[in-house]
Amino acid sequence: MDLVIEARDLVKTYKMGEFDVQALRGVSFTITRGEIVSIMGPSGSGKSTMMNTLGCLDRPTSGEYILDGESVGEMNDDQLASVRNRKVGFVFQSFNLLSRLTAVGNVELPLRYAGITEGRRERARAALEKVGLGDRMTHRPYELSGGQQQRVAVARAIVNAPAIIMADEPTGNLDSKVGKEIMSLLLNLNKDHGTTLIIVTHDPLIAAQTQRVIRLRDGELDTSEENEGSKK
Amino acid sequence: MSFGQALLEAIESLNGNKMRSGLTVLGIVIGVAAVIAMLAVGNGAQASITGSISSIGTNLLFVFRGAREGGGGGPGGPNRSSGNNDRPLTLEDAAAIGDPFAAPSVAAVAPVIQGNATVTYGGEKTTISISGVTADYKPVRNMELSEGDFINAEHILGRMSVVALGPDAADTLFGRHDGIVGETVRIEGQPFRVIGVLVSKGGGSMGSEDNAAYIPFTTAQARLIKKGSLNQVDVIFAQATSAESVTQAAEEISNILRQRHRTPIGQDDFTVFTQQDFLKTFQTITGVLTIFLGGIAGISLLVGGIGIMNIMLVSVTERTREIGLRKALGARKKDILLQFLTESSLLSLVGGIIGILFGWLIAFIVGKVATATGNNFTPIVGTDAILLSTSFSAAIGLFFGIYPASRAASLEPVEALRHE
Repeated sequence: MDLVIEARDLVKTYKMGEFDVQALRGVSFTITRGEIVSIMGPSGSGKSTMMNTLGCLDRPTSGEYILDGESVGEMNDDQLASVRNRKVGFVFQSFNLLSRLTAVGNVELPLRYAGITEGRRERARAALEKVGLGDRMTHRPYELSGGQQQRVAVARAIVNAPAIIMADEPTGNLDSKVGKEIMSLLLNLNKDHGTTLIIVTHDPLIAAQTQRVIRLRDGELDTSEENEGSKK
Repeated sequence: MSFGQALLEAIESLNGNKMRSGLTVLGIVIGVAAVIAMLAVGNGAQASITGSISSIGTNLLFVFRGAREGGGGGPGGPNRSSGNNDRPLTLEDAAAIGDPFAAPSVAAVAPVIQGNATVTYGGEKTTISISGVTADYKPVRNMELSEGDFINAEHILGRMSVVALGPDAADTLFGRHDGIVGETVRIEGQPFRVIGVLVSKGGGSMGSEDNAAYIPFTTAQARLIKKGSLNQVDVIFAQATSAESVTQAAEEISNILRQRHRTPIGQDDFTVFTQQDFLKTFQTITGVLTIFLGGIAGISLLVGGIGIMNIMLVSVTERTREIGLRKALGARKKDILLQFLTESSLLSLVGGIIGILFGWLIAFIVGKVATATGNNFTPIVGTDAILLSTSFSAAIGLFFGIYPASRAASLEPVEALRHE
């Protein structure tokens, strides 16, 4: 089996004043390439910490995390930045687009930090066309609807052909109709290009559309179960 | 990310907040403009003084009566009240200095006696400085005539009543300074024929030489300016053979006068002052002035720099989320650092360029005002001032940008993304 994520005994401890707070208390699981996984759990369950760790925004305090063959635990900040750039595409709840840049400018950003100069604009355009925004290239975020903004964010996430897409409540700021569109866009990306999808959510309807649900509780793995019927 | 991209992004970002960027730039503009204008005024003053000192002659030495007080000295250094024991300078002293064997470095000597006298022509009347001079005065002092001739040896031998007028004196008396050769003016009631009019030298540091009259030495001695002892002179001007021999000439003149006045060593009763001494003294003064003005202006540049730091810190706080996002997308520390440093440097660079133009304008206006009020003074915007203020403002942009930029670069992506 081709594993894209191997998490072994992940522990993450924060210092809050004088106390150490354990956000993750030894979580282990694997995710196969091309899988669609949702991570669920009540607030305080370590869901966000899990996402930050899987997205290489943060290092685990102990344990081993291998992303697409690279061990992340021992990396320095710049190496982590490089891994994020090459292997992770982020989709945030609040879109996080830069309002000064046009749609295509926003999508270009990861390519800029990858040091790609040749054909950058073309790749950004291709990504925007893939998400159905071929006619909104030069619009700025405030000229786009919420759904369109999230599509730009998805285009930005896939432009660098990452190993995984980390989506943090991707439909949280959208109404249900537009939310469905975004979900089907993400699912289609998985179907067409085999992109691994990791969706952090507390919405059971979203989780139901994924192949597997990883539930966290109090910083520990609660259950990891296959969804019946969602596998296509 | 390449520098070109960083520059484009910085322009985009600064453009997004025009008012704030503009005000920040204004601080630098004022600072740089002040530095440029102040240095220009200082340099202009220096050039103006250097010019007027140079205009009084070439390789010139001045011999005054009386010892120079202390060791420092200045243009006012010759101390004329140092006692009655001082022997006055005489025509014989001047002749001895002019001896080519005793003083080979001295090319020409011009003894002068000076006094003030009332000059009249028709109804016009003015009191001006009268100098009794010899024929050598003209070459020694670089005098030029706009018409007629200067005093010559014949006038001196014959004690003739002739006068060469400075242009300002001519203007006062005749209302013009051309076509007046051959007219007769009265000096202290005695008639003098005008034989020449001098070319204007501008306001010299030695008092205006344009508002003066020059008559033969012998005539002055006999009729106008009475001195205690015979053949006494006020100043002896001497010209060295070359710029290199000025010091040598000063030494020779001192030795001759020590011998003639029989003064013990170290107790000279005369002072030899060179043109370079004057220049040095004035250049020291204007140099201090320039540094002082530039320093004050530099403080405003510093304040402008602090303004940049302030705005950059605000900007970093405001854009914490953006920084977090950029890091999530793969920006390394140095990418963020470069981004913010480029912004702060761009602010100060733009401010610097506008400031140079603005300072230039101020200097130009100061020059116009000075000319309009009759002062011969042109501020000089030197390349050194431009280079200095440009590099200084760029350095300020970098220096005051480093702290905010490194703060931005060291933000934790997780924390920054969570920032509201």
